[in-house]
Amino acid sequence: MSGRSPSRLGDVAALVRSKNAGPFLITFDILFSDPAPYERAKDLPLIDEATIADLYGVRKEDVRIVFYDPALAIKVTIPRHITSGDPLDPDIYGAQQHALLVDLPFSFSEDNDRS
Amino acid sequence: MMTSICLLAPNGNLGSGFLTSSLERAIAEGPDVICCDSGSTDGGPYYLGSGSPYFGRALYERDLNLILTSAKQSGIPLIIGSCAGSGSNGGVDFIADIVGAIARKHRLNIRLARIYSEQTKEYVLKRLEQAKITPLWPSEDLAPVTIERAERIVGMMGPEPIRAALEAGADVVLAGRASDSALFAAYPAPGGFSLGPLWHAGKILECGAAATVHRLMPDCMLGRVYDDHFDVWSPNPDMTCSTTSVSAHTLYESSDPFRLAEPGGTLVTDRCRYEDIGDGRIRVHGSHFEPADAYTVKLEAVEPVGYMSMAIAGIRDPFIVAGLDEFLEETLAQSQRKVADTLGLRDSDYVLKVSVYGRDAVLGARERTPRAGHEVGLLMKAVAATQEAADSIVSIVRYFALHNPVPHWTGMVTNLASPQSPEVIPRGLAYRFSMNHVVEPDDPTEMFSTRIEEL
Repeated sequence: MSGRSPSRLGDVAALVRSKNAGPFLITFDILFSDPAPYERAKDLPLIDEATIADLYGVRKEDVRIVFYDPALAIKVTIPRHITSGDPLDPDIYGAQQHALLVDLPFSFSEDNDRS
Repeated sequence: MMTSICLLAPNGNLGSGFLTSSLERAIAEGPDVICCDSGSTDGGPYYLGSGSPYFGRALYERDLNLILTSAKQSGIPLIIGSCAGSGSNGGVDFIADIVGAIARKHRLNIRLARIYSEQTKEYVLKRLEQAKITPLWPSEDLAPVTIERAERIVGMMGPEPIRAALEAGADVVLAGRASDSALFAAYPAPGGFSLGPLWHAGKILECGAAATVHRLMPDCMLGRVYDDHFDVWSPNPDMTCSTTSVSAHTLYESSDPFRLAEPGGTLVTDRCRYEDIGDGRIRVHGSHFEPADAYTVKLEAVEPVGYMSMAIAGIRDPFIVAGLDEFLEETLAQSQRKVADTLGLRDSDYVLKVSVYGRDAVLGARERTPRAGHEVGLLMKAVAATQEAADSIVSIVRYFALHNPVPHWTGMVTNLASPQSPEVIPRGLAYRFSMNHVVEPDDPTEMFSTRIEEL
């Protein structure tokens, strides 16, 4: 079989998660177990304000992205659309909102070496 | 002369449990203090609103029985923060009641300090008028009406009131709402110790075993703080820390892992270095605490939003699932008409939502692939001014959904698999978090009152 199969972030990352950072913000963590995919994700960039704004329906100015080298992690924080625990809030902990990031296309397109 | 302080966190949430073997191993390390976080806004506004404890009483009793007797045997203080979930005054008293019962049972002499954190509306309004209240991102300025509508307001204390209680000789300190890390930073550090490692150790320890590589269950965590670095490790041989698990923990639940706001300053971690020193111990260098120009205290509050009612049901008929959008539109249209006719409510008098589990309940409008599976779950929720109105609205929606005609079928149909009787669940008063602001008091202890007694 030649070529490589397309992959998504969820196949490459060690962990993709979301959680509240207090009741008014939601924070996403993307952790890699190797420096190579982390550096590639930073370089592309895989995650930028426009991508997050589009996926989550927030303004670009309200997206905060931090690169955390000690844990090979990308962190994204945005305001919650609905305050945690509001009667119509479907996700009090903000724990399952990361699903949209899992499917982001991500692979080593030029590299031969994929660990 | 003290060269280090040993801190023990039995777990990350009082009542969630820990292994007795882990606690015994941890106590054998000779901790100077035991600190346990009991609260969070994680569980939503209900706990601060209702004053109910987060866990059932038996779970708190189990943890406190072991922790308190261990602390007394070792002659070390015990600090519990954000008592019973929200840190309300009632939460503090609830935990104090359990501590009292344990003290009597084991004939322990205890000097008990309770530190209350609820704020009066008058105080908050006064500080607002003095322009001493600032919103946190992404909130707007605090409006006086928000203060008036509040059910309960708490201030998140820093280490100062807790340290004062320890210095007054308290064996057990039960704090209302407190910064999680502040419980650990309250222990009087020897002169010359940098505050950065103490605060950073607190940030890691306050979640108990969460900073291990694989947290198998809630369990203990140990920290040893030196003048310019700290070590963390798990006393459970089946759970270990790594440099990644510890550094990644600084990410958890925070919007910026490099600058973490605390009462009185900021924990700065951008120059930290994580080192594995063997025996499952991770050493962290370079943590720094930057004192703030003005000491600020975070306010948390909830306001009531009405009475909630809900019902849940499953649908497995493939023809209903295939035409679900129209099915729900028809159901809701009929329901709204009946609510108006029979209950006399306008659309603006109540809130009604039907979520479809198995399609787009979790992500809502953000769902990119809203494809229903072969089965869906409907969650019907209403919020109204009275419980009776909310219950009636849900029962109306449920009843129209139950027999709504299905175009594919000819004849009387019953569309919902209801898993319970009664189908409608009255949920009681619902709340919403209403403040995301900091206030500048004149000093770190003015907002908190301490009561000390001998048990």
